[in-house]
Amino acid sequence: MGELTSLLEGGRAEEALPDKKPLYSEAEARAEAERCLYCTDAPCIQACPTEIDIPTFIKKIASGNVRGSARTILEQNLLGYSCSRVCPVEELCAGSCVYVGWGREPIAIGRLQRFATETVLAEPTKSPGLRALYTPKPKIGKRVACIGGGPASLAFAGYLALEGVDAVVLEKRAIAGGLNATGIAPYKLHAAEAVREVEWVLDLGIELRRNVSVGEGGVRGAQLLTEYDAVFVGVGLGEDSRLGVPGEDGPGVIGAVDWIERMKLDPKTDKPRGRVVVVGGGNTAIDVARECAQLGAQDVVMVYRRTRDAMSGYAHELAAARKEGVRLLEQAVPVEVIRRQGALVAVRLARTEGGRPVPGTEWELACDQIIVAIGQSKLRAIAGELPGVELDAKGCVVADAATGQTGNPRVFAGGDCVNGGKEVVNAVADGRNAARHLIAQWKGSSNG
Amino acid sequence: MADLSIDFAGIRSPNPFWLASAPPTNTGEQVMRAFDAGWGGAVWKTLGDPIMNVSSRFGAVDLGTYKMMGLNNIELISDRPLDVNLKEIYEVKKRYPKHALIASLMTETREDWRVLIKKAEDAGADGLELNFGCPHGMCERGMGSCVGQEPKLITEITSWAKEFAKTPVLIKLTPNTGDIVEVGLAAVAGGCDGLSLINTIKSIVGIDLDRMVALPRVGDASTNGGYCGPAVKPIALHLVAALARERGITVPISGIGGISNWRDAAEFIALGSTSVQVCTAVMHHGYRIVEDMIEGLNEFLDARGMKSVEQLRRAAIRSYREWGELDLGYKIVAQIDPKTCIGCQVCVTACNDGAHQCIFVGDEEKQRPPHAHTHGNAKPPQPFPVGLIAGERLPWIDEPECVGCNLCQLVCPVPGCITMKEVEGEAPHETWNDRTRDGRTKLPGGIHD
Repeated sequence: MGELTSLLEGGRAEEALPDKKPLYSEAEARAEAERCLYCTDAPCIQACPTEIDIPTFIKKIASGNVRGSARTILEQNLLGYSCSRVCPVEELCAGSCVYVGWGREPIAIGRLQRFATETVLAEPTKSPGLRALYTPKPKIGKRVACIGGGPASLAFAGYLALEGVDAVVLEKRAIAGGLNATGIAPYKLHAAEAVREVEWVLDLGIELRRNVSVGEGGVRGAQLLTEYDAVFVGVGLGEDSRLGVPGEDGPGVIGAVDWIERMKLDPKTDKPRGRVVVVGGGNTAIDVARECAQLGAQDVVMVYRRTRDAMSGYAHELAAARKEGVRLLEQAVPVEVIRRQGALVAVRLARTEGGRPVPGTEWELACDQIIVAIGQSKLRAIAGELPGVELDAKGCVVADAATGQTGNPRVFAGGDCVNGGKEVVNAVADGRNAARHLIAQWKGSSNG
Repeated sequence: MADLSIDFAGIRSPNPFWLASAPPTNTGEQVMRAFDAGWGGAVWKTLGDPIMNVSSRFGAVDLGTYKMMGLNNIELISDRPLDVNLKEIYEVKKRYPKHALIASLMTETREDWRVLIKKAEDAGADGLELNFGCPHGMCERGMGSCVGQEPKLITEITSWAKEFAKTPVLIKLTPNTGDIVEVGLAAVAGGCDGLSLINTIKSIVGIDLDRMVALPRVGDASTNGGYCGPAVKPIALHLVAALARERGITVPISGIGGISNWRDAAEFIALGSTSVQVCTAVMHHGYRIVEDMIEGLNEFLDARGMKSVEQLRRAAIRSYREWGELDLGYKIVAQIDPKTCIGCQVCVTACNDGAHQCIFVGDEEKQRPPHAHTHGNAKPPQPFPVGLIAGERLPWIDEPECVGCNLCQLVCPVPGCITMKEVEGEAPHETWNDRTRDGRTKLPGGIHD
């Protein structure tokens, strides 16, 4: 067990939720791999934000070349292990499998990717982690700093470390890994597994500085630009957005990202009890609802202000939630939190039209907990720390789509702080692309 | 219902499905269960002088998740006492008088053959099959394929057997020979009443790469075995057909080699087999497979309006020609069904790398490779088809360049999606032999034509 993993205390609520898609045995993996048709110009590759050569890694599993399979995955996606477990494959690679159109079960790409990466990287008898496959190149005398220790930064730092760059990751929390560690539904990935992957990446020679924030009262951006050749901004998103209704402040009402983090990391957090209302229609809302249902909440109701067609949450996730007993209340919005002697007793809801509450339609829904999953704020302050870095109207960092380069040529950015909140695999793609661009730039300038 | 019964050189059988001499016919208990399941005949596991077997004995080739596409064995002839086998043959024949029970035999001297044949016939065997085919173990002792590879020995031992035997004598041939016709004629010259083929093909089925020992492994060593199962069927079909076409082969043939279902059996019969023998498929799935074989063959014969299995025999022989007799003017091209194509494009890569570079994707004109026979760019079909499932991933065929090789159809995972369409060729009906007869041995359609 690595140093980071040892920071995780036992008795966390998430530990009660078992893995819904366990690691394939070798026999299972080979049998599934044999089903792959080895398409030409495969749609699954096109659907993968990191363009992993999926048919090739699957054929390598079938042939028994599992190390080669892991190499094929990791060369495109250094966090291929966590992505294999958290990617919405139904919407990406597997969803585009030609078997789908044929009315047959698509290849279980996520599970095969997990088999290859976990089998090789977690191999107990050999040097574990990425060192099982890679040896970083000799140092080239360049230094980079990454702000935030999530998937985008880790991909950026990892790919550069392999090229002989000194990388430092500054993480404001005590634990690194970003949302992989703090925010993934436990039945997909537990914190300990996410942190284990962080250790594999750090093991390439990356320095992690924990409990370090960048900005006022912490390390200043100007200082980073002085000390490092390049800076990567992978800060993710900020606090949960609030409902903005009377009665919201007080016990029983909590933001979704905050709740998930406590459920995953804090052993002192109680499991949800009684009737839970989850507000929102995105994947975070569905995750929270499923987690509450699985952790034994008496009743879980999702409240969404529009109809289900407009939900940003994936249909397959909603279907799974409903199987687990989650109810969906469409076209409703909280207008007040009702308390008795300070304690939460109900939420007052109103019917909506076009997403807006219709006066006179209010009713009360008794509940014991309200979890608010209506988005997260943007960490706007980071722009002020780094001259040249700009934010768009929504507060997202402006960066080149292909290279991640910001208005400051030495500052790159990627992940949720740029895209406003997408998948882990999108963050990895951003970090990797920025790293590749930077290396090409440095090699170009030294050659020329 | 068609008549499935056969008369093989005087050996009568309720259907053409026999178990080959192998582990499934090792004991009386097994053979009786097989007859109960529906098998028409059985060739008993080879009788001979006492032998000892090794552990392990079998190795296999799997294809993807399909197990035992090919099976390799190093087991020898029966390791049970001869008198026990003979007693069981007697018992089986007594209880199943209408089934064909054939004793496979293997021994060395003329006197040994005389004694063995007498014992087998006294036990009630309907016929004898002389094992001149086993390519492992026994051949090192001068028997099995060691005999089957020597035409003179075949003729000589066959004639001994004919001298001693009262029942029909079948010779089981080895495919491990340069010319099957030569050895088949040698057996006929010895007076045999029928031929069985093929026995197994000399083989090494694989290597245990951790131990660096071939498979199947016997301790720290291995040896070559005999290969059988679905993988050998095409080789067996060819050798059966080669004998069936030969005028000098005047005796019935029992076809063997990878037969797993009624369709395989029908193919062997269509190429001249009177009975067929099955081993690997039964070792894999049991005696029960014969139920489908009987029913399937019946349905097939009924659908073709054939009254008996005899009418099927040799039905595909007439169309089996030398290459030089094939029509050079015949032309087919591939067609991809836009309704069922799933857009995997496996055919695209197969054609591009493994065939004639004439399958493309996308609605723009494509540059043909420099070696193409047709001038100019390949033109996509108009109106450009969009696949029902494949959408814009639907490939298209550059028909002028398509040579009709079938590869795309063979690799396509969707049954019936790619078909081969006959097109009016510009070339007349003409064979290579026609051309050589006319003194025109230049390339058809080539630059010298």
